Amino acid sequence: MSNNGNTATQESTPSANGIKLPIYMDNHATTPLDPRVLEEMLPYFMEKFGNAASRNHPFGWAAEEAVELSRERIAKLIGATAKEIIFTSGATESDNLAIKGVAEMYREKGNHIITAVTEHKAVLDTCKHLEKGGFRVTYLPVQKDGLVDLDELKRAIDDKTILVTIMAANNEIGVLQPIAEIGKLCRERGVIFHSDAVQAIGKVPVDVTKMNLDIVSITAHKLYGPKGVGALYVRRKNPRVQLVPIIDGGGHERGMRSGTLNVPGIVGLGKACAIAAEDMPQEACKIAGLRNRLKDSIMSRLDETYINGSVEHRLPGNLNISFAYVEGESLLMGINDIAVSSGSACTSATLEPSYVLKALGTGDDLAHSSIRFGIGRFNTEAEVDYVADRVVETVQRLRELSPLYEMAKEGVDLKSVKWAAEAH
Amino acid sequence: MAYSDKVIDHYNHPRNVGSMDKGSADVGTGLVGAPECGDVMKLQIKVNPQTNVIEEAKFKTFGCGSAIASSSLATEWVKGKTIDQALEIKNTEIVKELALPPVKIHCSVLAEDAIRAAIGDWKKKQEAAKPVAVQTQ
Repeated sequence: MSNNGNTATQESTPSANGIKLPIYMDNHATTPLDPRVLEEMLPYFMEKFGNAASRNHPFGWAAEEAVELSRERIAKLIGATAKEIIFTSGATESDNLAIKGVAEMYREKGNHIITAVTEHKAVLDTCKHLEKGGFRVTYLPVQKDGLVDLDELKRAIDDKTILVTIMAANNEIGVLQPIAEIGKLCRERGVIFHSDAVQAIGKVPVDVTKMNLDIVSITAHKLYGPKGVGALYVRRKNPRVQLVPIIDGGGHERGMRSGTLNVPGIVGLGKACAIAAEDMPQEACKIAGLRNRLKDSIMSRLDETYINGSVEHRLPGNLNISFAYVEGESLLMGINDIAVSSGSACTSATLEPSYVLKALGTGDDLAHSSIRFGIGRFNTEAEVDYVADRVVETVQRLRELSPLYEMAKEGVDLKSVKWAAEAH
Repeated sequence: MAYSDKVIDHYNHPRNVGSMDKGSADVGTGLVGAPECGDVMKLQIKVNPQTNVIEEAKFKTFGCGSAIASSSLATEWVKGKTIDQALEIKNTEIVKELALPPVKIHCSVLAEDAIRAAIGDWKKKQEAAKPVAVQTQ
């Protein structure tokens, strides 16, 4: 996705109605650090700087103790045990380790992997890499609402299938996949189930036991923790899952991920999970309320706006709307005191809009017109109202400028127009 | 990405937005691009048949800020020019004037196409309107 990176100055400036500009509403890209997380991390930069692998002095013990507490906190949030959590540098590494690690470990058993077309690039590109090495990958299509068809998944599993990797929540459209059902199916067929759950964890309940998850990718910066630290849940029993490491070295993290642990980052991830475990029910409710307020405020005032993906099976903070006849990047430019993202690809070399939206069957024209709003912990009702007003006035202005809107209003069927081929 | 001040100015204050009667004999209409590609420009010119001078230009654009700015600038530039002078406008001049980055060069190409399409449409109308007697001379 491209974002407008808000061209305003770094310093926030108060606007007339008391809210601070620019407004951050791109919480699927990353989230601000929660001050409670920062507070807990700070001692581990200076006075508690020890290496968690130093077993014979108190500097090491303090670091190790902090790391183990984090392991417990993460495990608790997802219904796992502490020993099943290994630390990584983030979601991309976690996805790589999960998929490549399973592929190499279970190659004797089979060479078939199943994923979905709407997965994050960290999963898709890892699968593509494995294809070059002789693996067979099935990329499941999704339905119009963005959900994987369970019957289709059932049919795709064969006796060579070793891994199913399906995300819990999509980063663009916030659609929640039927993880529990997929988990049950995989367990019945004896296939390992990995889920990139970075957008879901801390936002909606994820339970590795109830959902029969075998491997789960986690990252800190999507849940108000620091960047550059993540984790991988790897099931230890029923069944025991083993991974071939990508990074070899000192044998840290049960040999699956060598390298000195990022102690302050890990402390931050642990604290972020502890806060999420405590606050999730109320917070999800509050954020969904804000999201619905934004949706209603925008959609009641503008015609021809469309929500991309299932409304029912969706992250509480996600709203992805296409504004017909308005190009997404120009809309971002008009609301440059608000940080959001677009599925338009005007800046990409290929000129291809969002592959996720295309997978839903959204036409390229509407994919170019899409905006992703990601509401998070620190957004307020006043901000939502401001954003809605700015979006509505900008869309109206750009539609006055849009030849497509004019043609549509004149009754021209845009689908029947023979568009002149572009010169490039 | 950062936009140049000129792109931002055209985006915030687009010149010559609007539509003219595309059925009029003096008006040439160019519609280029495609919604699937994320850019559609409609550029119209009104030409004085005696002098071949473009007296009026209007545009509407569906596209990114650079596309809007390129077409807005194109209307400014063609106004007051003769048809032949307007045909000499090159996309590279638009790129230079708006300081467009490489990924946005296609916007300027589209604006040049729009000028050419509008002039082409006007010329076609002129041909069609010419009395048969003139053609056979």
